[in-house]
Amino acid sequence: MWQALNEELAADGLTVITVALDKTPEDARPFIEAAAPTHPSLIDTEYLLADLYNMVNVPTVVWIDEAGAIVRPNDVQFVADTYSQMTGFTPDKPIAALRAWVHGEAPAFAGDVAAHQKLPDDTVQLARTHFGLAWWLAARGRGQEAEPHFVAAGELAPDDFTIRRGSMLIRGLDPAGPDFFAMVGAWVGSGHDYYLPLADLAPPPRR
Amino acid sequence: MTLTLIDLEDPDRRSTVVDPASPDVESALGWTRRPEGLCRHDVCVPVPDGVLDLAGVARALRRPLVVDEAAGVAALGASALARGEALSSGLAPDFALRDLAGREWTLSQFRGRKVVLYAYASW
Repeated sequence: MWQALNEELAADGLTVITVALDKTPEDARPFIEAAAPTHPSLIDTEYLLADLYNMVNVPTVVWIDEAGAIVRPNDVQFVADTYSQMTGFTPDKPIAALRAWVHGEAPAFAGDVAAHQKLPDDTVQLARTHFGLAWWLAARGRGQEAEPHFVAAGELAPDDFTIRRGSMLIRGLDPAGPDFFAMVGAWVGSGHDYYLPLADLAPPPRR
Repeated sequence: MTLTLIDLEDPDRRSTVVDPASPDVESALGWTRRPEGLCRHDVCVPVPDGVLDLAGVARALRRPLVVDEAAGVAALGASALARGEALSSGLAPDFALRDLAGREWTLSQFRGRKVVLYAYASW
């Protein structure tokens, strides 16, 4: 749990900031209250972070140093084993790496950070624009008008699951049920990976 | 015809009613028309002479534009160039977001500390 890591490493100079990409603060509230965080636990109802950091799925983790520089770009890390069976990701490696970085024993990322920083292209920004328009309409009870823009966004950025999965609930689809598994099944079945971690802390490939 | 224009670069998602044939870039988007082009802070973007329509503004700023005339709404997204340049600089883009209590936090207030930024969702 990030709360436990924050508590353990705060005196050594680490702050964990968690951000829920959710439709409303109320969607995130049960998760936040259960975690009882003492670190900033923020809510991003406009998916601003996805746009600023080119995040295409959750969880996405970024490590930032004292000077505000990204030292470990967008990565997939799970620090609890709740979903290990399903995802294949285990917490041991990321937690050990985090401790080593905070204690100054190892760099956050041994590779070239800039080379691993995925930059957005015009197509994904157009997708985010459709998504932003749809989100705005849906928030005003105009779901029918929003729908074609959700569809367009997903078609333009089929690899962006903050868009494709993140909009399921508001479109009347189940983001943790058959609709979701069908979507992931089709994506993985066509030769793609659902999670795109940096290689150094990633679990061995399953396929 | 007028459209409600949503500025997706604005974290508060402010919207303005504009005439797409000659949108008021100053009040709608915070850019000023000057002889050297569209200007904001110390940045100017050259634009062609004559009346600028909404699509022309979007092109000049290299920002994606989605217009839904039937819904009467348009959205101007963030440019891939600007987002890419910010990420390429190596500095983590700053943001201001609120917690459940409504308190606003920024990333930059944690300068001097290491930060793990963890994005997740309830879905």
